[in-house]
Amino acid sequence: MRLQPLQRKRGARRVPVLLLIPAVFAIVFLVVPIIGLLQKVVWGDLFHDLTTPQARAAIALSLRCSLWATVLAVLFGVPLAWLLARVEFRGRAVVRALALLPLVLPPVVGGVALLSAFGRRGLIGEPLDAAFGIHFTFTATGVVLAETFVALPFVVITVEAALRAMDRRLEDAASTLGASRFTVLRRITFPAIAPALSGGVALAWARALGEFGATITFAGNIEGRTRTAPLAVYLLLDSQPQTAIALSLVMVAICIGVLTLLRGRWLVRQ
Amino acid sequence: MTALDANIQIQLESGFQLDVGLRAAAGETIAILGPNGAGKTTLLHALAGLRPLDGGSVTLNGSVLDDATTGVFVPPEDRSVGFMFQEYLLFDHLTARDNIAFGPRARGASKAVAGEEADRLLELVGLADRADARPRALSGGEAQRVALARALAGSPRLLLLDEPLSALDATTRDYMRRDLRELLSTHDGPRILVTHDPLDAAVIADRVLVVEEGHTVQEGTIAELAQRPATRYVADLVGVNLLRGVVRDESIELPSGALLVSADVSEGTIVGVVLAAIHPHAVSLHRQAPETSARNTWSGHVEAIEALGSRVRVRIGGTVSLVAEVTPGALDDLAIAPGVEVWCTVKATEVSVYPA
Repeated sequence: MRLQPLQRKRGARRVPVLLLIPAVFAIVFLVVPIIGLLQKVVWGDLFHDLTTPQARAAIALSLRCSLWATVLAVLFGVPLAWLLARVEFRGRAVVRALALLPLVLPPVVGGVALLSAFGRRGLIGEPLDAAFGIHFTFTATGVVLAETFVALPFVVITVEAALRAMDRRLEDAASTLGASRFTVLRRITFPAIAPALSGGVALAWARALGEFGATITFAGNIEGRTRTAPLAVYLLLDSQPQTAIALSLVMVAICIGVLTLLRGRWLVRQ
Repeated sequence: MTALDANIQIQLESGFQLDVGLRAAAGETIAILGPNGAGKTTLLHALAGLRPLDGGSVTLNGSVLDDATTGVFVPPEDRSVGFMFQEYLLFDHLTARDNIAFGPRARGASKAVAGEEADRLLELVGLADRADARPRALSGGEAQRVALARALAGSPRLLLLDEPLSALDATTRDYMRRDLRELLSTHDGPRILVTHDPLDAAVIADRVLVVEEGHTVQEGTIAELAQRPATRYVADLVGVNLLRGVVRDESIELPSGALLVSADVSEGTIVGVVLAAIHPHAVSLHRQAPETSARNTWSGHVEAIEALGSRVRVRIGGTVSLVAEVTPGALDDLAIAPGVEVWCTVKATEVSVYPA
């Protein structure tokens, strides 16, 4: 970020001080915590801290689970977004609200809800366990499930908005050219929503990577199996603060990377 | 031989009703003319299958595409209809060449065959050097040609063009109008052209169908329309004065009470409500009450003056409102300006009368 003296164009209005002061406060408020984190980092030991077995396990698990969660969110979220954008059905508003619920729901509550559905004694979890011996609690699959739950809305929101915004007459044009509905989806609709989808994927992935509340409630906190990076940060903050800080730094770096990618590639067209 | 036989009935949610019959032979271009909101685009959508019929049917080369009674409905992708949209609707993420190849590819042609077809059409529309350009990089005229080429690709059995020239600037429009007729002749099925410009219809189409408020009001060549315009819209379109009146004795009584004499109304050949068409160049203007053999003489005030090529059109309001077409010289000689009083005369032989 570069703050340059604003070169005002002739005739441009002065920025009102009443807005400027709180805005500057907001910037300081956003930047100071990052600076605080950076000055806590013991740079000389950074490599060592990140290569401890605990840190490596947490990072590896986080990457693996968040990527799977992102894939699932896309696989299920895009069709849901299409349904919400294109098909008029009774209860569509309710379904849309449900799809957005994980976004506003406290993650811990999400975890409890998942537990009551997919836990060992849960609505679906119990029969699944009895019939196939499948269980989600205390497994990496559970982590993926929790992360998918919180990441899904980002894909649904962005893709639905893009589907609504796109010129549907382009699909009409393609169909008059002999394209089947599937061909229209593949060659016209998806390319049209690709930028939005990329943005949604990036946001979903960042959200999955940072997931804490639902994961610890539903999947537990077992080293090497369900202890993702955010869980490790929380747990190690007392015993090994240096490692916790190093892990935090990695996640900040990843998130800034995602944002930069978003700005540079996908949000520019606006 | 009728290739396209359509009877299109559509009921829109707004209450608008479309009910138009349309027949076209292979190799024939029909222009659908009409004011905004007449239902022209809806008509094309129905032919393309983008909107199912509520009544009637569409038959192309003997096969039924849509029939509201039997429930037959062939979806757009299976109709083999080339549609050129008003705003072209080119695919922004594909090059000009890939836009044109899209149809053949979607209909199962191999990449190579579709590419060859695209190259042939790019050559035809004179854009061989713009093959790899994205639609955003094309000028209006180029985009129009790509859209036309895309509609022509894969030799569709029916070609539909929705205001193909309306998005172009005036100069481009003039030469594209000429080219379009030539390009259309490469397509051997029926072609339906929607436009609101009578010049497009006159240059490009063989026959004109005038649609107003969802119904056909007149059908024929532009010359036939000009001779006997059926409605005010058609008369304005072809630039002809149209008066409506009732035959009384050997003249026509107009709503204002004025009488109109026509050579057509002499021996009781026409009775009842009639339309009278008077071409603007048959209206003579005078500054004083004229002493002429012309049977029709009315006075009025000049309401507006507009240039039309090398002629000038003068709109006169009075008991009989008319448009007269004179030379700029005559305008000067008579010192005609908005607001001045003038006398109009029309010979009885210049008033063409026909049943309303």
